[in-house]
Amino acid sequence: MNAWLDKLYKTFIVDDNYMMLVKGLGNTLLITLCALLIGIVIGSVIAIAKYYAEGNKKLKIVNVVCDIYTTAIRGIPVTVLLMIFYFVIIVSDTTGITTAIIAFGINSGAYMAELIRSGINAVDNGQMEAARSLGMSKGQAMRKIIFPQAIKNILPAIGNECIALLKETSVAGYVTVVDLTRAANLIRTNTNDAVNPLILLALVYLFLVVIMTKLLNIFERRLRKSDGR
Amino acid sequence: MENNTVISVKGLEKRFKDNAVLKGVSIDINKGDVVCVIGASGSGKSTFLRCLNLLETPTGGSIFFEGEDLTDKKVDLDLHRQKMGMVFQQFNLFPHMTILENLTCAPIMLKKISKEQAEKKANELLARVGLADRADSYPNQLSGGQKQRVAIVRALCMEPEVMLFDEPTSALDPEMVGEVLDVMRELAKEGMTMIVVTHEMGFAREVSNRVIFLDDGVIAEEGAPAELFGNPKCERLKTFLSKVL
Repeated sequence: MNAWLDKLYKTFIVDDNYMMLVKGLGNTLLITLCALLIGIVIGSVIAIAKYYAEGNKKLKIVNVVCDIYTTAIRGIPVTVLLMIFYFVIIVSDTTGITTAIIAFGINSGAYMAELIRSGINAVDNGQMEAARSLGMSKGQAMRKIIFPQAIKNILPAIGNECIALLKETSVAGYVTVVDLTRAANLIRTNTNDAVNPLILLALVYLFLVVIMTKLLNIFERRLRKSDGR
Repeated sequence: MENNTVISVKGLEKRFKDNAVLKGVSIDINKGDVVCVIGASGSGKSTFLRCLNLLETPTGGSIFFEGEDLTDKKVDLDLHRQKMGMVFQQFNLFPHMTILENLTCAPIMLKKISKEQAEKKANELLARVGLADRADSYPNQLSGGQKQRVAIVRALCMEPEVMLFDEPTSALDPEMVGEVLDVMRELAKEGMTMIVVTHEMGFAREVSNRVIFLDDGVIAEEGAPAELFGNPKCERLKTFLSKVL
């Protein structure tokens, strides 16, 4: 027992190694959160654009562009995308954090777009008709009536996407970002202790995911209020 | 066109792909008219009604509302729809809003009136249909009959010139039909112009001043209810009535 504590002390406390983990955690959360926001914005824009473009010959080009985006992004591994952004497109970013945010955001946007689109399609047609019959324009009806219901329908799926995104960011180390995973890995190489940093790393991710799931459940329950009993 | 003609339909046609649903329907609807549209299912009644506010785009003919042709692409349809309330078979209340929000959201957004004003009006109308205490409920907490009464009030909150009813009682349990028909009866008494697609022959006979019988995409017979129900002329109407009465 004492030997283990001693080892923990050497691994995490000496040289303030734990601070690396704290900073890494901060970067992981920062990248996840910002990428999520970008993803939701891109996803909403694309989903709504596709909703409008459907059945409108003049806007066919919009549809094609959106399809190319989702197909390309969903077909390319996020690690590859990340490296392309870091080494080919944004070469001036030294810490890699901005690049990671953009790459993960664009990646997540494609998945969000499909999710939100399925949510919009799942809202009963009668809702749009009722809104239009009151005199709302298509855009007003979308904003006030359809979109809020669509988001509510797909909230569990968005939650899953958040969780997937959080875990995906663990490859950010490929482009020099010191995220949680890279921090733990650096501690591993510096201290020759593989077990403790990696186990701790796994536990931190697990803890984050559990917290996110809990928050999501609370949020969902609040939205569900209108379903009555 | 007479001055008190609100809606004038001329040669209305609607086809879905190869299926012609409406084959030239013409009718003038005057202010204060309560027109019931009856007919077998598939005769085009609902399509006819949905064409009036262009929820379905007609494939031929014109619809004049207050003198303007709604089928003209340049017409601001949203503005005209504000004056044509519609009540649906499936209610189509907005499930993510409270009853009060359901009633006030369109007036606040579209008529630019204050929230207080909209709520005052909504509460007044809610009280009149006996639902004053449900303002803060959500649609799913209401019975079918209550939902439909709210849906009628939602349309009324826009202060429409005309009310369109698309089989408003068809999705209701029998014991709830009465409460909705009562509200509609009141509305008719106050002089609201109403077009009602319905299977409630009793209501059509008692409340409407005109009944049209749609058959196979055309108006097969039209007249005052006493005449049309008491002394039907066309064979199809006779058969139809013998089945439903």
